[in-house]
Amino acid sequence: MQDKVLLQMRQIEKRFPGVRALDGVDFTLREGEIHALMGENGAGKSTLIKVLTGVYQMDGGEIKLDGELITIRSPQDAQNSGISTVYQEITLCPNLTVAENIFIGREDSTWVRHKDYEKRADEILGKLGIPARSRQQLGDCSLAVQQMVAIARAVDMKCKVLILDEPTSSLDDKEVNMLFDLMRSLKSQGVGIIFVTHFLEQVYEVSDRITVLRNGELVGEYLTEELPQVELVAKMIGKELDELSSLREEPDIVVEEKEVFYNAKGLSSSAALPFDFSIRKGEVNGFTGLLGSGRSESVRAIFGADKVTGGSVSIKGKPVKITRPVEAMKNGIGYLAEDRKRDGIIADLSVRENIILALQVMNGFFKPISRSESEAFADEYIKVLNIKTASRETPIGSLSGGNQQKVILARWLLTHPDYLILDEPTRGIDVGTKLEIQKLVLKLAEEGVSVTFISSEVEEMLRTCSRLIVMRDRHVVGELKGSDLNQEQVMKTIAGGEAKDEE
Amino acid sequence: MNQKIGVRREPLTDTQLLMTITIFIFFGMYLLAMLLLGGGFLRAQQVFDMLNDNASLIIVSCGLTIVMIGGGIDISVGAVTSLVVMSCVLYLNGGGNIFVSILLALGIGLAFGLVHGFLISYLEIQPFIVTLAGMFFARGMTTILSVNPQKVAHEGFAKLRDVKIEIPWLGYVANNGNVVPARMELGVVIALVCLVLIFILLKFIKLGRAFYAIGGNQQSALMLGINVKRTRFISYVISGLLSGISGYVFMMHTGAGNATNAAGMEMNAIASSIIGGTLLTGGVGNVAGTFFGTMTLTTIKKIVVSSGLKEPWWQSITTGGMLCFFILLQSVVLGQRAKRKKS
Repeated sequence: MQDKVLLQMRQIEKRFPGVRALDGVDFTLREGEIHALMGENGAGKSTLIKVLTGVYQMDGGEIKLDGELITIRSPQDAQNSGISTVYQEITLCPNLTVAENIFIGREDSTWVRHKDYEKRADEILGKLGIPARSRQQLGDCSLAVQQMVAIARAVDMKCKVLILDEPTSSLDDKEVNMLFDLMRSLKSQGVGIIFVTHFLEQVYEVSDRITVLRNGELVGEYLTEELPQVELVAKMIGKELDELSSLREEPDIVVEEKEVFYNAKGLSSSAALPFDFSIRKGEVNGFTGLLGSGRSESVRAIFGADKVTGGSVSIKGKPVKITRPVEAMKNGIGYLAEDRKRDGIIADLSVRENIILALQVMNGFFKPISRSESEAFADEYIKVLNIKTASRETPIGSLSGGNQQKVILARWLLTHPDYLILDEPTRGIDVGTKLEIQKLVLKLAEEGVSVTFISSEVEEMLRTCSRLIVMRDRHVVGELKGSDLNQEQVMKTIAGGEAKDEE
Repeated sequence: MNQKIGVRREPLTDTQLLMTITIFIFFGMYLLAMLLLGGGFLRAQQVFDMLNDNASLIIVSCGLTIVMIGGGIDISVGAVTSLVVMSCVLYLNGGGNIFVSILLALGIGLAFGLVHGFLISYLEIQPFIVTLAGMFFARGMTTILSVNPQKVAHEGFAKLRDVKIEIPWLGYVANNGNVVPARMELGVVIALVCLVLIFILLKFIKLGRAFYAIGGNQQSALMLGINVKRTRFISYVISGLLSGISGYVFMMHTGAGNATNAAGMEMNAIASSIIGGTLLTGGVGNVAGTFFGTMTLTTIKKIVVSSGLKEPWWQSITTGGMLCFFILLQSVVLGQRAKRKKS
């Protein structure tokens, strides 16, 4: 089944002012295969996708679909030739019904035959096993289902090539599985699927083949089963993996004796149930648990980001009251929010302005930081954190995700916090930057900063944290340290820690 | 039909939900007025009066609803109505032809719609600014045409104006024993025809659904293959055209032109649309709701007057209060809905 070549992109070139985004990239998609497109941020994945969907015009190369040379000038062109894309952000109308979202914009008559559409939509949804009803308002469906409706629309448009761009970023495990089932069923119908994602496990779960890009060049195309995960990462970041594993040389020792920096008893907020928590100076610990287990809510309570409803907090032994973020900041606590697009960056402001923001807030707005001072700060952190930006005055919105994250990190480092909370600092950024951020966390700890680290990737937390607090269903169900810090033990605790709790 | 394919009843869409709330509130309020205030509210003529007085408001509100569903705003509708009235009055008094006067009304409305639509859709200027300019322009033109009030003195028009639809069985017996039939003006028929046509447009025609799509999410609408610019353009053209019709209906109701005609009508129209369940953020709304929005607004004003608060400011204050109440209600209802979906 997977032998017939469906789509062939050859020697694709794309240049932007000053950058060669794609340099002679080849990509081949076969009928009925799920093909993962991998690479770090800036490797050229998005550019390649955008060339294929007509958002960008290529500067050289050729695209063949079903053996015929095609030119794609607009997303509309791409759709008409059978190339459909489902983006991470839902590109449907939440105020219309599911059926309308499947058919709008491609009706053949002036009249909208609702009954007819609803019947056909139900057939399609049923065939693909999508748990939505045609007359439902789309906005009432979960994000995962909305995404599936977008796929249903693409499928009904007789697409041969389906591009899924980071489709799983906002889905939980169950929803991801639903999506994968749908992908497999499409695959068996002969659709070629291009799957772009940051999650390595997911690539190994569904994909048949992997194409790796790096710095706008093709690294190679591999059969998934023949490429071990470690090698894939190595190919993506282009360096040997020793660094990854030997991040933490000496085991966690001294922290036990250091003074307790922060201590909370029965802390609760409008979003988090009461919990006890403490962290020592120079300690790196983490909250882990499945999505929705309450790990983010708990750290938000520490920072006062949600309405604090109870509990007592002390810092360095002295009782304090933290009910608002600014109070937390004055007590030396920094918080890097989970959703950097919403809670973190201010896209139109420059890198420099974004960096000095937290310091400015702490100083108060009547004591402005002088221009030369802020420029010096910005230059310093751009260098220290190796932020890739054209200049310090570049709007942060035009930086890649990983670099945006570094800017926000710089923002907090500038306030010289005693305690830094990092909520998913490495989500959606490339492996290389991830590694840099992990290293930075350990370096900060060495300098005496306490860090709480949250990540969806357990492996990453095991590498950085000396103590893990495990949460399930909004309760703390266990605490792991020392020799218990391994993937298996974490999984066990997440899955069923009750027995341990009773003791 | 539903049973046949085994579809279970879906929860209402946002549009249906908000409209239902308005309809219930309208009937509840009217019923209360009948019970507590009695008098005129017990007569069918009360409803017909409300329609006669507000036919032109209903028409512009329909246009505004379309624009607002598409995520825009048109605050020129009152001023354009006024300009149409004045132009037609002067034209008719100059010995004009009825048929041509109708074309004149439509032409003026259409011209404003075309210019607004072009500036907003194709040059991408803020709709508020464009239609604000349109409003000042139309008001200014009206005053240039005539500062003094002008009465229509045209035989043909007088005949047209006096066309009244009489419904005897809905009438009432006056003090002197005569039966006074319920009277409805021609303008109301025009307004109801517009209402039905736009209802069909919004519900069953491709273009109508496209208004919802661009109001729901413009970027998505583009990706779904809708010509966003053209759709938005057409929404303003329809609104302009309806302002023209509204002007003519207004003239048939008052029989005179005045520079201050239809002052504040755009605001009443916006209020009607919002009370009827149209969201200012776009994508949600319905002209049936808008109709009941206008009626709700009018009823509350009548209630205020019947309660003995004759000064005009009381009506403004209650209108303001109503609007506040409905916006609050909408945001609470939709907020609850979003919450329920999350949990």
